[in-house]
Amino acid sequence: MNAMTPPRVTQRPLPIVIVGHVDHGKSTLVGRLLNDTGSLPEGKVEAVREMSRRRGMPFEWSFVMDALQAERDQGITIDTTQVRFETPTRPYVIIDAPGHKEFLKNMVTGAASADGALLLIDVTEGALEQSRRHAYLLHLLGVRQVAVVINKMDMCGFSEARYHEVTEGILGYLAEIGVTPSAVVPISARHGNNIVERCRHMDWYSGPTVVEALDAFHQPKSLTDRPLRLPVQDVYKLDERRIVAGRIESGHLKVGDTLVFLPGGRSAKIATIESWNEPEQRTRAVAGQSVGITLDQPIFVERGHIAAHPPKKPVETHTVRAHLFWLGHEPLRVGNAYTLKLATAEHDVTVQAIERVIDVEDLSGHTGDQVERNGVGEVVLHSRSAMVVDDFTEIARTGRAVLVDGYDVVGGCIIQQPHSDEMPARNLIASSHTVTPEERTWTNGHLGGILWFTGLSGSGKSTLAMALERELFRKGIQVYALDGDGVRQGLNFDLGFSPDDRSENIRRVAQVARLFAEAGMIVVTALISPTRADRAIARKIGGAFFHEIFIDADLEVCEGRDAKGLYKKARAGLIPEFTGISAPYEAPLTAELVLPAGREAVETCLADLASYVEAKLIRPARTGNRAQSA
Amino acid sequence: MDQLSALEDQSIYIFREAFNRIDKLAMLWSIGKDSNVMLWLARKAFFGHVPFPVVHVDTKHKIPEMIEFRDRMAREWKLDLIVGENSEALSEGMGPGRGRITCCTALKTEGLKAVIAQQGYTAVIAGIRRDEDGTRAKERVFSPRGLNSEWDFRDQPPEFWDQFKTSFPPGTSLRIHPILHWTELDVWKYIKRENIPTVDLYFSKNGKRYRSLGCAPCTAPAESTASTVDEIIAELERTKTSERSGRAQDKVSEDAFERLRAGGYM
Repeated sequence: MNAMTPPRVTQRPLPIVIVGHVDHGKSTLVGRLLNDTGSLPEGKVEAVREMSRRRGMPFEWSFVMDALQAERDQGITIDTTQVRFETPTRPYVIIDAPGHKEFLKNMVTGAASADGALLLIDVTEGALEQSRRHAYLLHLLGVRQVAVVINKMDMCGFSEARYHEVTEGILGYLAEIGVTPSAVVPISARHGNNIVERCRHMDWYSGPTVVEALDAFHQPKSLTDRPLRLPVQDVYKLDERRIVAGRIESGHLKVGDTLVFLPGGRSAKIATIESWNEPEQRTRAVAGQSVGITLDQPIFVERGHIAAHPPKKPVETHTVRAHLFWLGHEPLRVGNAYTLKLATAEHDVTVQAIERVIDVEDLSGHTGDQVERNGVGEVVLHSRSAMVVDDFTEIARTGRAVLVDGYDVVGGCIIQQPHSDEMPARNLIASSHTVTPEERTWTNGHLGGILWFTGLSGSGKSTLAMALERELFRKGIQVYALDGDGVRQGLNFDLGFSPDDRSENIRRVAQVARLFAEAGMIVVTALISPTRADRAIARKIGGAFFHEIFIDADLEVCEGRDAKGLYKKARAGLIPEFTGISAPYEAPLTAELVLPAGREAVETCLADLASYVEAKLIRPARTGNRAQSA
Repeated sequence: MDQLSALEDQSIYIFREAFNRIDKLAMLWSIGKDSNVMLWLARKAFFGHVPFPVVHVDTKHKIPEMIEFRDRMAREWKLDLIVGENSEALSEGMGPGRGRITCCTALKTEGLKAVIAQQGYTAVIAGIRRDEDGTRAKERVFSPRGLNSEWDFRDQPPEFWDQFKTSFPPGTSLRIHPILHWTELDVWKYIKRENIPTVDLYFSKNGKRYRSLGCAPCTAPAESTASTVDEIIAELERTKTSERSGRAQDKVSEDAFERLRAGGYM
């Protein structure tokens, strides 16, 4: 080792992002920043000048940034690049986020890791839709340190009045989304005015230059004094040790601490903090460190669990409300299923509701049933498995998640004030069940219910029941179709078709359906159930769960279809007491829903059914109505 | 936490993600300083073990000291070393005389593709860094390659909040870059801090040293008097010339390196 080397403190470069509309001059600003701070490699500017000359193009500072052939050909910066420069204060990494609308995913990729941002606006154009979208995303991603840079001041004769006009517009917008910029710097990137050197044409401006504005940004606060969150990445069995590996996302831990692992809530004490090739055994670790710990108890721990200190646990829940930005080619829709990746956990989630679709232009929110590519909104997501989350503003690392569709990351979620599933009403429930109907509703995201289809043979009961089962299942709903024929082969194999047997058949099916409904499921029964009296018994058994749905197709239509050839046999006298032919069918007088299955296509009836279920069994579960017990 | 520790922790996180999420994983080992640092980081991540094979693509044009170093370290660190090559091209006498880009593509890119195919790796870990070159700056940490290893830099997956792309259609291969966020200077400072073994070629002899190691015919040493790690660190803190300036294949044309990479080069 050379004793002459002075001890150096290596400073962490501050990652910054430069965002704004595609043509407002980001690459020029970056090229200029690099040059004016003396950060370009030797010969780079000359090489780019030479390249421009060969191509017969006037030299542009942005060419310095355009490392890729494809960029120059296309004329736009296509991806996030990372370039470094240094001021006397500290080193920086610039993430040159592209402005083209199609490339929002790259902007997010860049801005998500930035600690500060420059929002660049062309003074001749003011803040355009894209400038606003970027500002909104900065806010959403949690980038709180923002300076606005008003570019191309040379194009408006360095006009103070024009500067104030543009400034007012953008400040108003930023105030509405809760962003207070640290400075609004008028510059000309092309000429290097107010980047490092002050501009003599703008002596009316006394605020900071771009570099001074950057140097005024703060390094982010350490997360070490926040509550402990250690998402488990893996568990290794090495040399007789069982090492729980993960990165401390916030807080700190030490040997002897009691940790609780969620979901589940198992706890154990930290026996050791493991490491390799370190001078001494660690006894303490802090936020940002990738650690391995061993526990004093052999409790079950797996990837996806989050360890915390017992009094300051994250929230365990099946439903979260989130701000969302959407990058998917296909819109996000209610009922769609995605994989949610939060820290190291993965959950299958369905979109339960889209509460607001936000217009970033004027910040108005409206209801909608989809969020388009590059759009933002507020959604409710429901997971089959228990999610362990924090409020984004409290602990960002465990308060954000991405959504994956198939193989692709398609969106980001900022979790808002999550609530635990556990309901206070729990203790008031009869002792026979430890799980209350309310809890089932919370977990499932819908009420239990019985959809009792009635109608003639061939009216379409089974077809619709099975189609509805598939449709609801796709939306993540606990659903099961009880088909009349199927039940008769098992549960009711001992019953025939005499009036008494038919009644008993219906009574038993109603009892089974009731159990399904109490278990929190939506059960669809498809039995002819021809008499009003029998259906009244079923209604009594089903109580508040019961919904009578008349699959209305008249005899002529059903006989015309005769898919099972039953009418033909019945006409030939081969089937005794066949409903509609040799036994009566009593159409319901009090059905909750009548589907004109004789006239309308299956798909139309299915849509009516789906919206009925939505209105009666799904939406009430989200607005706080409880499952009613009869 | 100081900068080197922060870099180390992030790299360990990436290694552990790769090991957990990817079934058939291997690490590329060029014998250069970067991949030695990577090996070191892997041992940190897995408490002294390297739990996947280490692949060296041998072009048979490597500087002899590199091969000697490789075999010594592989024994000492108990590595599962796999040496791959494009034997067909080699038997036909491929060399830089046929054109530097042609040679690089045949012996390195095709050699790598061949070993990936033979061993059936889903993903290979590579020690590239964003600060090396404009094209590498655009890389993702988990970077998918098409069926033929090609890189579509125009349409890369979004990558944020350390949520890496870990699911792919069958046939995709993956490059994983655990030291993408490091700089050349970081690498040397870490080598110093951890006392990581390094090939002698990096240290100045007779006023010249290698800044970047590749094949003998296409890698030239640079003017330098830096003969210790400390002196290299001091030199890098002053220099403004780029690290790959000694690599002849990059200079064949303005976008040579970009084209090499789009075709599947590291």
